[in-house]
Amino acid sequence: MTDAKHKELKDRAFAVREHIIRMSTDGGCFTGASLSCADLIVYLYSGYLNVNKDNLQDPQRDFLLLSKGHDVPALYGTFAELGWIEKDRLKNHLKSNDSIYWHPNRNIPGIEFHSGSLGHLPAVGLGIAMDNKLKGYNNKVVVITGDGELDEGSVWETLHVASAYKMNNLTIVVDRNHFQANVKTEDLIPLEPLADKFEAFGCVVKRIDGHDFAALEETFTQLPFHAEKPSVIIADTVRGKGLPSIEARADRWFCNFNAEEVESLMKELHGAATTTLTSETLTVR
Amino acid sequence: MSTMTTYQEVIKHTALSDEKYIVMTAENRAVVKELPPVLGNRFIDTGITEQTMIGMAAGLALRGRTPICHALAPFLIYRAYEFVRTDVGIAHLPVKLSAWIAGFLSDGNGPTHQAIEDVALMRTIPGMTVFCPSDHADMVAMLPEIWASPDPVYLRVNVRPDVYGKHTPFKTGVAEVISEGTDVTLLTYGMLLEETLKAAEILKNQGLSVGLLNMRSLKPVDEKAILKVAATSKLVVTVEDHFLTGGLYSIVAEVLLKNRTIANVLPISLNEKWFKPGLLSEVLAYEGFTGPQIAERVQKHVAVEV
Repeated sequence: MTDAKHKELKDRAFAVREHIIRMSTDGGCFTGASLSCADLIVYLYSGYLNVNKDNLQDPQRDFLLLSKGHDVPALYGTFAELGWIEKDRLKNHLKSNDSIYWHPNRNIPGIEFHSGSLGHLPAVGLGIAMDNKLKGYNNKVVVITGDGELDEGSVWETLHVASAYKMNNLTIVVDRNHFQANVKTEDLIPLEPLADKFEAFGCVVKRIDGHDFAALEETFTQLPFHAEKPSVIIADTVRGKGLPSIEARADRWFCNFNAEEVESLMKELHGAATTTLTSETLTVR
Repeated sequence: MSTMTTYQEVIKHTALSDEKYIVMTAENRAVVKELPPVLGNRFIDTGITEQTMIGMAAGLALRGRTPICHALAPFLIYRAYEFVRTDVGIAHLPVKLSAWIAGFLSDGNGPTHQAIEDVALMRTIPGMTVFCPSDHADMVAMLPEIWASPDPVYLRVNVRPDVYGKHTPFKTGVAEVISEGTDVTLLTYGMLLEETLKAAEILKNQGLSVGLLNMRSLKPVDEKAILKVAATSKLVVTVEDHFLTGGLYSIVAEVLLKNRTIANVLPISLNEKWFKPGLLSEVLAYEGFTGPQIAERVQKHVAVEV
């Protein structure tokens, strides 16, 4: 990866994180899960995937599906930075005159499918990938799942089927931020050894640092990992990445900060402050 | 189309004439067993994975395909209910659900296999359409229209022999009027048309003026036909292999209330109970759904009313 490209990605991810913080008030959003996924989403939409606001009708473009759904502020932030939607539009978050709410939906151009119910989009992605295969297209289908989401049996059911049909054009990316909603994954339903589990279901797995753009580039450009198997990338990430006051904290999942906290967190993102969070920001859902 | 007499012939013809059709199954091949070599990779058997099949069907439909999905009714729409509701329903995709052995057709399987709340569950999904043919001929007449529609479809597959012999052409949302009567009108759907025809005959022989409607399309339902019989018949009877809650009796109640009218309606259905498993003939007799039993239940009600 060139230095220029690296800087472009860094700068874009930084701007996306600013958008996420701005959306974490007046009702809030799933801040932690969005920040963990921001670098992944920025990387995928900044040239790797053949998809942009002008080729959405092209049947041979690539597809990215957000299965965990809570990370959609990172996607909206990315769309805003890439000019797919107006930046001002993000102020409509949770307003009834727009469709920008806590989970993805197709009213926003570029969103491929709605999610929010966990464990669905691996199957939907498999259907899209199957259509591509039937038509002889080489386009990619990438599905981002959460790690807590892997508790859902339907994910594994779909991998079973995807392996049987040798779906090398389907890639599952796990945003491995090590947290479920309210607790660490390993303290509730342990997932490790996670790579072994995917391999046992017939996938080829690579595990990388999900915040390292060079590692993302090196890994994604190797896809498909096998001519006859689905690919899985386990991206180790940090929930709340970029804001030390909420990073890897079980109690900072869904955040609804007050105005003062938002301003302080913006400074914190720039490395210029630490934030004392006083508002009750944990919402058990 | 007129020469085709079986589900399999119609689905084969449909899929071969348009590449958009994908035939899917969660390992239930009863009515599509000849299709794998004919359709090649447009026949997709996902194994015993109803959720994955439905999610995958949504993905295929998103790309312009029309998947026709097969499985045993309870697993197709109960195991995968949330996938049907969330992936097919919310996106309003043209996924066609072909449910095997719904209602009494699960005969000896037991309650795990009894789809007797299927109409209730499917009709609550916005945009979902629901069809229950009375026999194989009735179903074959329906298939071209319901598979060509842009809507999601739930179909109670019924391959029993033609019980009527002179079905009229099918139209979505229109009931088949088999007879009209002023004393009692029987409304039914699916495999119970056969027994209801017998019941109507018995009641006629007892001197009653008897109407009979084969509802065919439960959603959209033929509101006009329901309102007409409510106005012209002293007693309306709903006959269904479905829970009392949410099926035809509920539909009739909703239509009447919506139109601020009232009628004397007798439900013959399964009230808060699963049915006793056994051979179909045993099930019908045990649960009181043979022609003579239906006629007797109606007669008793008529007697009480008079």
